[in-house]
Amino acid sequence: MMATISSEYDASSHDERAVEAVVVRFAGDSGDGMQLTGGQFTLSTALAGNDLATFPDFPAEIRAPQGTLFGVSAFQINFGSSEITTAGDAPDVLVAMNPAALKTNIHALKPGGMVIVDTGEFGKRNLEKAKYAENPLEDGSLAKWDVLAFDISALTLEAVKPFGLGNKEALRCKNMWTLGLALWMFDRDRQPLVDWLKAKFAKNPVLAEANIAALNAGHAYGETAELSGPLRKQHIDPVPSEPGLYRTVTGAEAISLGLVAGCRLAGLPMFFGGYPITPASAILHHLVKMKEFGVTTFQAEDEIAAICSAIGASYAGQLGVTSSSGPGIALKGEAMGLAVMTELPLVIVNSQRGGPSTGLPTKTEQSDLYQAVYGRNGDAPLPVIAARSPADAFECAIEACRIATQYMTPVILLTDGYIGNASEPWKVPDPETFAPFPVRFLEEKNGGERVLPYKRDSRGVRPWIRPGTPGLMHRVGGIEKAVDSGNIDYAPDVHQLQTDARKARIDGIVETIPPQEICLGEARGTLVVVGWGSTYGPIHQAVRRARRQGLAVSHVHVRHVWPLPDNLGEVLAGFEHVLVPEMNTGQFKTVLRDRFLIDAVPLNKTSGQPFAIAELEEVIGRFFDRIPGNEGGKVAVNETQLPAPEIEQP
Amino acid sequence: MNDMTPIETTLKDWETDQEVRWCPGCGDYAILKAVQRTLPMLGADPKNTVFVSGIGCSSRFPYYVESYGFHSIHGRAPAVATGIKLANPQLDVWLVTGDGDGMSIGGNHTMHVLRRNLDCQIMLFNNEIYGLTKGQYSPTSRTGTPSPTSPAGSVDRPASPCAFALGSGARFVARGYDVSKDLPDVLKAAYLHKGAAFIEIFQNCIVYNKDRFDDFTDKAVAADRQVQCHDGEPLLFAKGAKGLGLDLETLSLKVVDVVEGDWQAAGVLVHNVRNRALAHMLVEMPFGPFPMALGVIYDDPAPTFECAVIAEREGLVAGKSADLAGLLARGQTWTVS
Repeated sequence: MMATISSEYDASSHDERAVEAVVVRFAGDSGDGMQLTGGQFTLSTALAGNDLATFPDFPAEIRAPQGTLFGVSAFQINFGSSEITTAGDAPDVLVAMNPAALKTNIHALKPGGMVIVDTGEFGKRNLEKAKYAENPLEDGSLAKWDVLAFDISALTLEAVKPFGLGNKEALRCKNMWTLGLALWMFDRDRQPLVDWLKAKFAKNPVLAEANIAALNAGHAYGETAELSGPLRKQHIDPVPSEPGLYRTVTGAEAISLGLVAGCRLAGLPMFFGGYPITPASAILHHLVKMKEFGVTTFQAEDEIAAICSAIGASYAGQLGVTSSSGPGIALKGEAMGLAVMTELPLVIVNSQRGGPSTGLPTKTEQSDLYQAVYGRNGDAPLPVIAARSPADAFECAIEACRIATQYMTPVILLTDGYIGNASEPWKVPDPETFAPFPVRFLEEKNGGERVLPYKRDSRGVRPWIRPGTPGLMHRVGGIEKAVDSGNIDYAPDVHQLQTDARKARIDGIVETIPPQEICLGEARGTLVVVGWGSTYGPIHQAVRRARRQGLAVSHVHVRHVWPLPDNLGEVLAGFEHVLVPEMNTGQFKTVLRDRFLIDAVPLNKTSGQPFAIAELEEVIGRFFDRIPGNEGGKVAVNETQLPAPEIEQP
Repeated sequence: MNDMTPIETTLKDWETDQEVRWCPGCGDYAILKAVQRTLPMLGADPKNTVFVSGIGCSSRFPYYVESYGFHSIHGRAPAVATGIKLANPQLDVWLVTGDGDGMSIGGNHTMHVLRRNLDCQIMLFNNEIYGLTKGQYSPTSRTGTPSPTSPAGSVDRPASPCAFALGSGARFVARGYDVSKDLPDVLKAAYLHKGAAFIEIFQNCIVYNKDRFDDFTDKAVAADRQVQCHDGEPLLFAKGAKGLGLDLETLSLKVVDVVEGDWQAAGVLVHNVRNRALAHMLVEMPFGPFPMALGVIYDDPAPTFECAVIAEREGLVAGKSADLAGLLARGQTWTVS
């Protein structure tokens, strides 16, 4: 078990560096349990009081053929003693469980960063599968990194030997061994993990003990190896944060909790109709465990049935909710129009993924904004809200419930694969601090002798009438309807009036949404970077760094994508330039240009990966005179783009 | 919650102020009247009744019934109805669909509402043609049907709605036709059946498929070409001169002659609404050599979907309180002081 060390860097140089934040990436086969390892490391990080952000990155295949490049699953975590808003750009530490994981991840590692590899997996076959002609551990190709190579497989087998597991089962404990080492490196308490393993394997105490033994062995290995190599313990101080109770939360959890809270604030039971789709299914998985909160879940036969059942439930007086990802949302399009036409409340959650078509099921993108704002037949306006982080998704879900029930409209809540799966620390909110918005159903005739289901109030909102209410029998449907009575009527003037009324009602929502704030920087300056959704973290950090250099740049992040806050145009007018970074080809940029006639400039990325802070920082720099090559300070559209990627030909 | 005591209504109470807009002579008028006549007999309450439809001529039905109604989108009525029934299981839910709506664009939902056994009545108006889009052949059109999209006659083989329903796991399958005097009895049986009740109603499209079902509905031939299925009674037709027996060699039905009313001697089968095998044979027997089986073909209740959903939820939430603050703080937490 020799630790082989190769480094052209002076190992001591980063021993002495004050560690404020560290980025660690775990990478292995999709069957190696990397997501689980990452998740548990996240928990221990949170328990240690560090701020953190994570980025799970896994293939679409559940268990891709072992050892292959496309089967690599990775989990990155950025944690530190100051505020963390992104999963970090380049990792400081890479744990690569096999050659394929090394090959697909090593180039992301910072020069001088540390890579930990399992030599037990670096046999001829695995090297071939990873398309390595030579063993990279021996050919010097890793010279610019600190390589810590030891036989984790053998060490794990040794550690779990007393428990008499089969070879395959024993090797499954490798991730716990690795986690043990990582916990030692960052001075973490093992006890929460031990408790978690005991609970997880309550029915199989032998497996629990074996995993705990592997965890302890990895931890002990760190202590021993410290004496002989570059492996050192690093302690990261807890981040000073607001006092209170904290937990970690993923976007999918936060949305589920927010929907439950939103329904309680509305005083309604929730009906959730869903159909499994990556990466949206997690919301359904969470909600089935919350049925004591008046939640009914229905796994429908398809996406269309999922939304139609939710519409039916809303008609019957519950708050209908459905959730999907791009392809499923496309299937729901016609039914969304039905909800627009019948003016029933409905929440539609879209956990966006790379598109079009099946696209990149497990990767993230923001390319469904047009679909959300414009993507239905006919003039079918509906409000769109976008969550910017896992914790923010909680409030966004409540806001979606509020708007849906107060304005009798379907609402789209946009999130994405990144927000859905990533976790961050969350100060547990007090449910009492949210203002309730109780729903009132119509109980008596509202038109003298008649019931008028489409009689609008001053905001253009029709009454909500539940079947079962005596005397208020009425019909609704997707066909155009007469003013007030809602009876079939497709006379020209009626369609004009109703189209205008539907639009005015949605436009009027701006009256109850907060004015747009600037989340970082001054109200006037050279550049404002405008984002929406999960680009919040990288934009925020990039703007912060640019401001530290003295650049007059501010950050605006929009939650209410449609209708847009009324003052947004004014806010943006305070800047010479408007830059809109998006994980699409410029959709929100188009909406802003259309709505405010401003010269918004796009910055686009569609690689399925979030923006790196450095990428944004570089483009921000191009707007300022002092940046070499841009002395004029004018930036053309094509100058705000990232360099086109170069694809390595096999 | 809702008072479910049977209430007294008349046919008039179930009529809306809306002008009925089907073509003059359309079979839908007769079905509407049959439903409006049946509802008072059932003690149904307009406030607890919801008619849900998809798209097509038949799907305008809810506008003409003075109850709650939802005219949804093409093929999706079963999904809308599922949400309504799960949200309020005390509502009486009726689905109105057609051969295009329920067997073509919405075939998937028809299958699933049946297999789940949601408590509702599904009336599928089968006119073997697309009416509202002006006469194209439908999934139940017989092979060779000429239409604007099949000028030389359709080449598709038709679907059999009742066979489809049984194949999907339906626990109640019945057949009737628009002007049949027996239709209210079939509707009543469907209403009394707890679970998804599937009723195929042959309906005359006066404009695009006129008199399509005359070969068994015409008064002159009705007696010879219809077999009325009554539970516990022999499957006789042609005024008792013929009956349906079992061919033991082929395990299929055969037409037998009944001499002097002795149907037992002729081997005529006694209808049993709980006999699934018999139901399959009755809905699949080819019309022509055989008569058309009408009435309640299969009626064998099973636990319903909404009851199962409620029971599941009750099991899951037993002993749990709806403590939102506790829910938000679930999992491993830490305190910053």
